[in-house]
Amino acid sequence: MDLANYVPSAFTSLLNNASELITFAYDVPFARAVVFGVHIGGHLFVEGLLLVVIIFLLSQKSYKPPKRPLTTKEIDELCDEWVPESLIPPVTEEMKKEGPVLSSAAGPHIIINGKEAVNFASANYLGLMDHKKLLDSCTSSLEKYGVGSCGPRQFYGTIDVHLDCETRIAEFLGTPDSILYSYGLSTMFSAIPAFCKKGDLIIVDEGVHWGIQNGLYLSRSTIVYFKHNDMQSLQSTLEKVTQDNKRAKKLRRYIVVEAVYQNSGQIAPLDEIIQLKEKYKFRVLLDESNSFGVLGKSGRGLTEHYDVPIDKIDIITAAMGHALASEGGFCTGSHRVIDHQRLSSSGYVFSASLPPYLASAAIAAIDVIEENPQLITKLRDNSKTLSTGLLGIQGLELASDIMSPLVFLRLKKSTGSLKSDLQLLEDLADRVLKEHGVFVTTSKRSFVDKCNLPVGIRIYVSAAHTESDLQKACESLKSVAASVFTD
Amino acid sequence: MITIPYLTALTTYFSYGLLFAFGQLRDFFRKFIDWWKASNLQGYAPICLGLEDFYIRRLYLRIQDCFGRPISSPPDAWFDVVERVSNDNNKTLKRTTKISRCLNLGSYNYLGFAAADEYCTPRVTETLQRYSASTCSTRVEGGTTALHVELEQVVADFVGKPSAMVTGMGYVTNSAILPVLVRNGGLIISDSLNHNSIVNGARGSGSTIRVFQHNTPSHLERVLREQIAEGQPRTHRPWKKIIVVVEGIYSMEGELCKLPEIVSICKKYKAYVYLDEAHSIGAVGKTGRGVCELLGVDTADVDIMMGTFTKSFGSCGGYIAGSKELIQYLKYTCPAHLYATSISPPAAQQIISAIKVILGEDGSSRGAQKLAQIRENSNYFRSELQKMGFEVLGDNDSPVMPIMLYNPAKIPAFSRECLKQNVAVVTVAFPATPLLLARARICISAAHTREDMVKALEVISRVGDLVGIKYFPAEPKKPELEDGRKKVE
Repeated sequence: MDLANYVPSAFTSLLNNASELITFAYDVPFARAVVFGVHIGGHLFVEGLLLVVIIFLLSQKSYKPPKRPLTTKEIDELCDEWVPESLIPPVTEEMKKEGPVLSSAAGPHIIINGKEAVNFASANYLGLMDHKKLLDSCTSSLEKYGVGSCGPRQFYGTIDVHLDCETRIAEFLGTPDSILYSYGLSTMFSAIPAFCKKGDLIIVDEGVHWGIQNGLYLSRSTIVYFKHNDMQSLQSTLEKVTQDNKRAKKLRRYIVVEAVYQNSGQIAPLDEIIQLKEKYKFRVLLDESNSFGVLGKSGRGLTEHYDVPIDKIDIITAAMGHALASEGGFCTGSHRVIDHQRLSSSGYVFSASLPPYLASAAIAAIDVIEENPQLITKLRDNSKTLSTGLLGIQGLELASDIMSPLVFLRLKKSTGSLKSDLQLLEDLADRVLKEHGVFVTTSKRSFVDKCNLPVGIRIYVSAAHTESDLQKACESLKSVAASVFTD
Repeated sequence: MITIPYLTALTTYFSYGLLFAFGQLRDFFRKFIDWWKASNLQGYAPICLGLEDFYIRRLYLRIQDCFGRPISSPPDAWFDVVERVSNDNNKTLKRTTKISRCLNLGSYNYLGFAAADEYCTPRVTETLQRYSASTCSTRVEGGTTALHVELEQVVADFVGKPSAMVTGMGYVTNSAILPVLVRNGGLIISDSLNHNSIVNGARGSGSTIRVFQHNTPSHLERVLREQIAEGQPRTHRPWKKIIVVVEGIYSMEGELCKLPEIVSICKKYKAYVYLDEAHSIGAVGKTGRGVCELLGVDTADVDIMMGTFTKSFGSCGGYIAGSKELIQYLKYTCPAHLYATSISPPAAQQIISAIKVILGEDGSSRGAQKLAQIRENSNYFRSELQKMGFEVLGDNDSPVMPIMLYNPAKIPAFSRECLKQNVAVVTVAFPATPLLLARARICISAAHTREDMVKALEVISRVGDLVGIKYFPAEPKKPELEDGRKKVE
């Protein structure tokens, strides 16, 4: 009781003493000086002292550890000590293996490593590779223009066949304009950075091929992947992304898909994509390399297949090395889209133009497609026959769509690592070639490719394959698969 | 080094400023007019934002007829340029059926293989019949024919390396090889004026990029020392590997690279050398083997040699040459080999035949003639232009000669005047060159005869006087003696 009262009272008495001292300090005689008629109180002295202390502290140099740049001797030592990695990692056995060598044109029947075989490894979908009309137009072009075009498009590399080819493609597809590139792979990775810059938003399927992946990386935009060919995943991604970026008026938004995926043979459901695009206000970039000349009643591609007007897709690109049996690539769209690419697409501006004979081959191929629509129906029947014929195969399952000309077989049960999967499939393909004379290939992948889809056997069907060829393929694959997957 | 005269710099800046001001004024009015007409974008962002294509809309479109001129004949020494007309002030150009026969000073036709050649073309047509125009598949699938194997062997022997790999396009070669060789944690040091394909390949690789001053080995050494001492940014770990990328002949300067010094510096600091010989393979060197032969550098010292076939061989495609292990590794991992269609067989045959002609294996001496012709032509043309007072860049022996124009108004003036007098030249401006340094670039070919060059020199001199680009004083002409009279001692 006494202690409880003692502490506060001691405290108050201390406080009183302190305040007395302070008031005394204020009333100290010298503090009542009068300077220039201004009455100076004692507190000014305290404030003045404070100011002096502040100025003193500020004028002190802050402590920084002294900077000592490396001396020349130290740099020399570091340079001597540094050991770089070797330019390439050590070469393994599988790297030394040489691929198969053809000694004839890569048509439906080939001579490979000295033996005859049926060729299912060339994307010669309509069988136009050795068509007489194509070869004639190439020969006349070669005699007229020589082989190369010797210059980029802006510097006298534009030959009249290029301009004719561009107008022919635009006419065939029904779009305002088109632009030719000199290589299929460079088409996508030059077109995307021309339109997508840093800060733009791109939603892309996770199974796209390396050309598109490289273009996306070079564009430095924000990239969001959705599950392969899964429209639910696309919708939820779009929902999530639009919620996050409400304010963006100047933000450009794109969806990038392929019509028939090179890595799996699936066909993208374009009608659903168009619905989603219009709902969320995105632009669509479609890669029709494997569907141009294949899908649709007259071969005009995925838009005709789904009966969608072609002007709903903003940019369509395609490589001409598949159905058109030529080389190079093209891009079509509205005038604004195409004109912009003529000056800002790096693969167009900084590279030599397409050799003129390949452009005339493309024109001849389009003429043939227009005159012979039965090629397309034959191709469709062939792909259906092969896909249904391979349905019961042991150990492998069909990953591609029935209508797709690219039949993709993947392992039912993966062995765990990509390398061993690939090894197993390659052994299978080798045996099919050696024992039955059917040439198929596996989908090899580079380590720079970010695609995670399973590897598999790729079979390209052509309209030039006969019933017996297809039957031979089905039987040989089934028998080798049966022997490989049972032991 | 280009030293621009002070007055020219001022007037060039003034011209660009005026063009910019006019462009902004027109954009301002365009905004009003477009505001009236409803825009049909409906909620989408415009595909090209306002200032991105300002240069294209307001400056480039005015002189659009100087670029992209279509031709209707092979790009040989003389060719047919198709005339174009415009009804809406140069916004769109339409082809007419009129053609004019012009002297070609713009195409990359260094050895004259551009048009149908007596040795190459029959073989090419035969290959077309045998292997058809395209293989429609990648090299690892069904695209390797016996022709491709032969081509790679021939190219490797020609360049002087153990083995080589060929792709269908030169641009893709650079863009697909650099990401495979260097990844995160590596360093690429490239020349400041390297080609766009190298820049794109370096960006796509994910490694750090540093630039050294154009063709200055001492600056390269400084950069190397600094970078090795510092290590990777922020973590200061040592670099995994360093690759120095240089070109044989720089296409916008016409200069040769200082290869011996650069190779010795790289050897000292253990960096790898990547040489891009797009313009120099086939065009320089005693037997046409490129800049290594010309400057006396052993090809074993250069780790990776890359080049294209578009310029001297009249075909298309690119190659990489190196040690056997390097090529095996690249064939296993490079996307251009795994995913892209293989090079077209007729183009491959053209390259093989062209190399045979150059080496003299076709039984004639046309190859040696062509090489001597192009060297003579380049040196003659360059010395004559310099005597006339033009500012010409580039080293001796290089077939690329840029003539400086500087002022933006002189670009279309020079180009159109020369075309009127039937000489086709190439003019280059921003963004391929720095803003102030616009130039006209001349590419000499072995197919040009002495008369062609004399005519070209006359026309260029006349147009140069009209346009006012003779920045240096002309050398006084030696007094010409009349024919028949001998000099009196």
